[in-house]
Amino acid sequence: MKLLTLNFVSCARKACKSSTSSFPLHPRDAELELVEMEFNPQFLQNMLPKLEWEALQIICNELALPTLPSSTPAASDLFESGGEGSSPAQPTQVARDLHKLLLETTIREGLLVCSNCGHEYAIKEGIANFLLPPHLV
Amino acid sequence: MLPTPSTSHVNFNRVYEPAEDSFLLLDTLSASSEIKFLSERFKTSPPPLIMEVGSGSGVVLAFVAAHANHIFGRSDSMFLSSDLNVFACHSTSNTVLKAIDSASSLGEKRSLFLNSLNADLLSCLKANSVDVLIFNPPYVPTSEVPERKASLFPDPVNEAPVSFDDESHFLSLSYAGGVDGMEVTNRLLEDLPRVLHRAHGVAYILLCAQNRPREVQSHVKAWGPSWEVEIVSSSGKKAGWEKLVVLRVSRAG
Repeated sequence: MKLLTLNFVSCARKACKSSTSSFPLHPRDAELELVEMEFNPQFLQNMLPKLEWEALQIICNELALPTLPSSTPAASDLFESGGEGSSPAQPTQVARDLHKLLLETTIREGLLVCSNCGHEYAIKEGIANFLLPPHLV
Repeated sequence: MLPTPSTSHVNFNRVYEPAEDSFLLLDTLSASSEIKFLSERFKTSPPPLIMEVGSGSGVVLAFVAAHANHIFGRSDSMFLSSDLNVFACHSTSNTVLKAIDSASSLGEKRSLFLNSLNADLLSCLKANSVDVLIFNPPYVPTSEVPERKASLFPDPVNEAPVSFDDESHFLSLSYAGGVDGMEVTNRLLEDLPRVLHRAHGVAYILLCAQNRPREVQSHVKAWGPSWEVEIVSSSGKKAGWEKLVVLRVSRAG
């Protein structure tokens, strides 16, 4: 499961929907794997307004990944401010790091935990199981 | 005609095989009227998240992902799927990635497939997160919707043996829709206002005649003036009787 996917999922329990602590889900005992993806800095730039940066910081911290800047990068942080030339702007290290984090870092095995209800969702072979036992539906 | 993705690697004893309903969705999403609607709608938004619920073999999502540049007029869309059946999750993932590879070898920009989620409908999606939803529900009227077996957590990776009963169970989940064939679709509709993006969210939902699509249309209209709902395509026309239709539910923004 890509870390970017965690930007869009929250606890599946109805009772948790109204609680702000049901997002993000917290990775635990995660076995990470790097899966190479085509680098697309333009995609990252377009994505910036959709990123839940605080949630991402928490997740990075919990996975013991390098600490993120304290706020969402600006679009201008992703491309070198070029000279006068007409050549296309070169992506920065910030863009490369963000690409690696969001799109290449995947959780292969592990758990996702809701901090509101404590429910643990298992990830196996990269696929998270959000099915709830009948008494929790 | 845009090519249909290959699903030759899918085990159809456990996963719904693409059929007339799947193909109606492909035709609908690649019709020039929908291309116009979608590319207009997502002209200036951040990258849209396209999600298929109950993706089965993955043929529909794979088609949209492979032809995303054509359908959305942009190459930065993201794709996500959910299915109750873990075998379907693996099939979808394979089908979508293969279709993206083959489109890329023909010179298309690669679409971004995020993940398959083993989930019930939209239950694990954050509020306001989905831009385009695609749903080919279990729509066949049956006396009841089969109860999901709680004990059924097969291990598709190790090819653990799956009994014939379990395989039949998975297939029944893919078509049995309970009363009027609407029990599952109604649960999805109930959660739609929470999940569908409040500015440009749009959902494509397939229905059959027994689901009474006109009634579903009025039901959604009653949500208020910020909702639009239209039947955008149909198939199997017999003496004025449309067997299958696709309903487009959208937020007026």
